[in-house]
Amino acid sequence: MATATRPVDAQTRSIELNALARRQRSLWQDAWLRLRRNRAAMVGLVVVVVACLLALFADVIAPHDPLDVNAAKSMREPPWGDPKYMDPSHPLGTDWLGRDILSRLVHSARISIVIGFVPAAIVFSIGVTVGLLAGFKGGKTDNLLMRFTDVIYAFPDLIFLIVVMTSLRETEFGKVLGGLPLMFVAIAVVSWSGIARLTRGQVLSLKEREFVEAARAIGASPTRIMARHLFPNALPPLIVATAFSVPTYILYEAGLSFFGVGIRPPTPTWGVMIFEGFSVFSTSAWPTLLPALCISVVMLAFTFVGDGLRDALDPRMKL
Amino acid sequence: MFPTLIFVALVTFALAQVAPGSPFERNPDKPLPPSVVENLTRKYGLDRPIHEQFGIYLANAVRLDFGESIVRRRPVAEIIGQGLPVTAQLGLQAMVVALVVAIPLGIVSALRQNTIVDYGSVFFATVGTTIPSFVLGIFSIYIFGVALGWVPFVGWGSSCGVLPSCDVKRMVLPTVLLAAGPAAFLTRLTRAAVLEAVRQDFIRTARSKGLRERAVIFVHALRNALIPIVTIIGPVTAGLLVGSFFIEYIFNIPGSGREYIRAINSRDYPVIMGTTMLYALFIVVANLVVDLTYGVVDPRIKVGR
Repeated sequence: MATATRPVDAQTRSIELNALARRQRSLWQDAWLRLRRNRAAMVGLVVVVVACLLALFADVIAPHDPLDVNAAKSMREPPWGDPKYMDPSHPLGTDWLGRDILSRLVHSARISIVIGFVPAAIVFSIGVTVGLLAGFKGGKTDNLLMRFTDVIYAFPDLIFLIVVMTSLRETEFGKVLGGLPLMFVAIAVVSWSGIARLTRGQVLSLKEREFVEAARAIGASPTRIMARHLFPNALPPLIVATAFSVPTYILYEAGLSFFGVGIRPPTPTWGVMIFEGFSVFSTSAWPTLLPALCISVVMLAFTFVGDGLRDALDPRMKL
Repeated sequence: MFPTLIFVALVTFALAQVAPGSPFERNPDKPLPPSVVENLTRKYGLDRPIHEQFGIYLANAVRLDFGESIVRRRPVAEIIGQGLPVTAQLGLQAMVVALVVAIPLGIVSALRQNTIVDYGSVFFATVGTTIPSFVLGIFSIYIFGVALGWVPFVGWGSSCGVLPSCDVKRMVLPTVLLAAGPAAFLTRLTRAAVLEAVRQDFIRTARSKGLRERAVIFVHALRNALIPIVTIIGPVTAGLLVGSFFIEYIFNIPGSGREYIRAINSRDYPVIMGTTMLYALFIVVANLVVDLTYGVVDPRIKVGR
């Protein structure tokens, strides 16, 4: 990023750079330094960490049980609302069933974090394996992968997800844990080919390089070449892609839940909360606005981290 | 393009098959007599072998006959046909808004890199691509509809002449919101493409031979920056289609997106399958058109053979 530098800044910067140049840094240390200098990315990282902590300690932080229905206390206002309908034990008010909104928001973070990271991990492992095999071995795997990605290229993932979730939600598997495992599988099935394609592209250009030739010359097995030489070198763009996929999956969950085919109520998620709150939106907006705000903040945070990672790991790649 | 369509048909068909529950068991307390169920099964051809059912489905789908809605007892084609003009109007309006806003914004932001304008447009691009349209929709309905009371926040208005709606006041918010995502994406892309183009050698050549700045930008830089922008129109179309589900649902607009969501909620498989197929067709055609346009925009690319 080219920022206007004042002379003093340039001076301190050059001293800094000189000091840094004395120590040898690996790609990862270098990337971490660059990431740390990116203010937006650090803010994003802090938000992500806070969201993870909320998810981890939701039971401790939440003042109430998020599923506790109390009809007598429904629709309590948040502090900025009408004081007549406020209840000090519900800091952000309650929804139409009298459930504590703060507790529901905190517990929703848990689902969102899980739905962001678990499919990303599954997609990463499947995608990288298939991509490495397809790129390195070529042949049938490669053909099959390219055929598959060609066929579903440009077809919106969300439509596939809607169709899959709608038809499989009522099966036995779809009812486990409010539909969470089904959503993992659905997202993984729909999304793995993107990472696979990216890995394949990386491998195709990397495998012609001298270090791979050298490895082969000293008799490294194909598995070793893939795991120790190709994979680490193909990693940076894959990390960036995965970083961007996490918020996408969180968004899928929110969107599907908003249409009523995602996570099953009463399990709280931000999407479910919007879905449930939307019917009373014109008279009382806060049960909808608060989860919407949470989604926005978390999405922005992940995007900042993703942008930061991209700038840090691959300075040539700029959009 | 045909493999895509057949694949989509296969997936939707297979999923509708494995979905539990029968459409004839609406009320568990009052089950239909077995003879009625048998008649219904025969009427909808559900007693035939599965591959035969799929063949029939495909053959009918080619003629745009997607069967009858199980819930609403009307032909699927009719239900989709009713909503399609509304969705098309909304989508086209949004596309125009997105292009008209994003391309100039991207160009200006690239030419004035690292100024307030640039930061503003990068901020817009980040927010627009990051925050989903339904969340933006909720915020803007709250701000402009509920809090300020400037615009009516639901509905689409009645038709006038050829257009499904001329109610500008009602159309503003949904159109702008549907355009927001694609516009943000296009702004980002245009900015990157122009930044890339103005650094090329031929731009330096154009400048050094004394061409006016306007000619340099509009004739030399933009022509080349346009190529990646055209390639993205296909995905943008797909994005508009998906976005229309959310926007039509939030604003209660009687388009085919809202019908789709309704069908999903009532598990009306013929409508879901029909709409999915139609959207797949739409996206495939949009991509084909984009592929063909490459050759026009960039003569270096030869299409065909």
